[in-house]
Amino acid sequence: MRHRSWVSVLLLLTATTACSSGGATEGGTTELTIATFNEFGYEELFKEYEAAHPDVKITQRKTGQGAPHHQNLFTKLGAGSGLADIEAVEEGFLAQVMAKSGQFNDLKEIGPKIEDNRWLKWKTDAVTTKDGKLIGYGTDIGPLAMCYRKDLFEKAGLPSDPEAVKSLFATWDSYFAAGDQFVAKSGGVAWFDSASQVFNAMHNQHEVGYFDKSDKLVVETNPAIKADWTAVTNAVAKGQSAKLVAWSNEWNSGFKAGAFATKTCPSWMLGVVEGQAGPENKGKWAVTEAFPNGGGNWGGSYLTVPKQGKNAKKAAELAAWLTAPEQQVKAFQAKGTFPSQVEALKSPSLLEKTNAYFGDVKAGALFAAQAQKVTAAQYKGPTDGQIQDNVFSPALQSVEQGKSAEEGWKTAVAEAQKVAK
Amino acid sequence: MTAVLTKVDREREQEPRSRPPRHRLSALDAKVSPYLFVAPFFVLFGAIGLFPLLYTAYVSLFDWELGADETPFVGLENYTTLFSDSQFWNALFNTFSIFLLSSVPQVIVAVVLAALLSANLRARTAWRMGVLLPYVASLVALAIIFGNLFGPQYGLVNGMLSAVGIPPIDWQADTFGSHVAIASMVNWRWTGYNALIVLAAMLAIPREVHEAATVDGAGPLRRFFSITLPMLKPTLIFVIVTSTIGGLQIFTEPKLYDPSAGSGGGAEHQYQTVVLYLYQSGFQQLDLGYASAIAWTLFLVVIAVAGLNFLLTRRAVR
Repeated sequence: MRHRSWVSVLLLLTATTACSSGGATEGGTTELTIATFNEFGYEELFKEYEAAHPDVKITQRKTGQGAPHHQNLFTKLGAGSGLADIEAVEEGFLAQVMAKSGQFNDLKEIGPKIEDNRWLKWKTDAVTTKDGKLIGYGTDIGPLAMCYRKDLFEKAGLPSDPEAVKSLFATWDSYFAAGDQFVAKSGGVAWFDSASQVFNAMHNQHEVGYFDKSDKLVVETNPAIKADWTAVTNAVAKGQSAKLVAWSNEWNSGFKAGAFATKTCPSWMLGVVEGQAGPENKGKWAVTEAFPNGGGNWGGSYLTVPKQGKNAKKAAELAAWLTAPEQQVKAFQAKGTFPSQVEALKSPSLLEKTNAYFGDVKAGALFAAQAQKVTAAQYKGPTDGQIQDNVFSPALQSVEQGKSAEEGWKTAVAEAQKVAK
Repeated sequence: MTAVLTKVDREREQEPRSRPPRHRLSALDAKVSPYLFVAPFFVLFGAIGLFPLLYTAYVSLFDWELGADETPFVGLENYTTLFSDSQFWNALFNTFSIFLLSSVPQVIVAVVLAALLSANLRARTAWRMGVLLPYVASLVALAIIFGNLFGPQYGLVNGMLSAVGIPPIDWQADTFGSHVAIASMVNWRWTGYNALIVLAAMLAIPREVHEAATVDGAGPLRRFFSITLPMLKPTLIFVIVTSTIGGLQIFTEPKLYDPSAGSGGGAEHQYQTVVLYLYQSGFQQLDLGYASAIAWTLFLVVIAVAGLNFLLTRRAVR
């Protein structure tokens, strides 16, 4: 008990010191704080900006992972103070931020003039409110392609050449049909890692998702969702799923053991595959410039300027500069964050980037092409992220664990209604 | 002491002009200082114990979404919703199931361990410290390792089961299986700790009582049940009440056992405990009002169960 109170005192002290920083103007210099998570690759850029703007001092608050960063963001939005001048927001949490868009500055209003079409259209659309306010500047994206195991494809008698497999990955129908063919001969190896990984990618391709544009939950009435559900659960019933929950230890082991043959692959997933499958599987994984039913996106972030900050104008200037194509190309070179800017996607250094683990494939050019295939940003309701992560993913997992598809669907609908209430 | 001081004070009151300022200060010192000395605890307790408790009760009466522009007063609606919420009852069931699977074997094993440790062993201190080792290990590291051990497809436990011909158990999908896995984490960590507390009490039992019983012809078992256990009663009450409080508030183990790192506690909430549901409501759905209602309900449940256990233990061990 006594120890616990000491810990609390320490926490309180750190909290107060953390709160007291930021926003101070001393001797004409403005201190700008920017809160990011994981790696944005901005460290060198800050130095460059400070050198060009002697009146600005930049402090970065870096959180290791996305989840705690966003929890902090929402808590301090609620508290009304304590946020950095610039807050990074990841695509998965964007819907929740858009629901509170009133607490963020409209960057069209306070930001510098930015050239038209700096970003891919769908990237900007997703962060524009219904009444036309721009809440964030796009940083990076995660265009989707398909990763697959060449050796396992060969063993099961499927084509394994990156060009030849494109026809397998043309549509979801052809994808699941190829899966049937594969599991018939694979001797226990599954076609994909987990049902929700496939379902989410399918779902995000529709123009209307869980919510319509008036924020009404349409899970039950949107035929596309039920169709995806049926397709994926059918594939599960036929043994196409390895039933591994993404990011779990078992999932990691699945990469090592070669438990599945394909993986929905955003640009940043290549690093994950390499890390999990390890050097012993080098040369077995390949990636191809195709994704069923066109393109898709998973991940990527924005820079926002919350209204509670005192230096909104200068913060917006910095955010606009950081998200300009030239800077994002540098961030890509530093940490591999795939840029969302049209010009950056044409940069030679990006197009020539190769990946040794995936057989020296021209990954930069491949994902740049995939980024162009994304047609539109799906409208996201305020609780979209929770419905995906806390309702549909577990419901699909329960089907993988043996529940009937029909029962799983009923649970998913009921829970979605509860979350959206 | 105080009485004397007040008397002196009263005498001074009669001749106020002769009262030097230093005396007044020291009188103040004698009166106020004791309170100042105990104040840090009460200030801290008030700020980080009592205030949150009361404020949580206040918040639970509102439809309070984190960061929302309006938080309308809804009275007891959060509570009525909660009592008809099947997910809450499921969480309560899971909590009790995990609590029983952990606390009951834990206390029994702790007493047995303590009895063994009180015997005349070689390298006694090493043994006694040894049982405390799991308690020293970080809970997070522990949960991750146990999550690995109980992995449904590549876990070590299932590997061993199939080696001896038992079909593997899906430690994630199966309700009872997941409870056993989580309870084993709790037991692993707390049994040794409780054993040491019981051991301390056991060593405090006067030797003469045992000797007298031995002279009367009581064997070791008879002595254990007729002397050791009854004399351990106050300690057992403490151990059982604290493990009740801890067990009903179990959070980290089921949270980290969830491979998707969410707070659902399994695909169908197979092992979602009440605190995990509280966390999910408060910090994933940002519904602070509802989360506060869960917190208060749990608070009352814990008090009730701890009180019940207190009474039961007092009666059972005479």
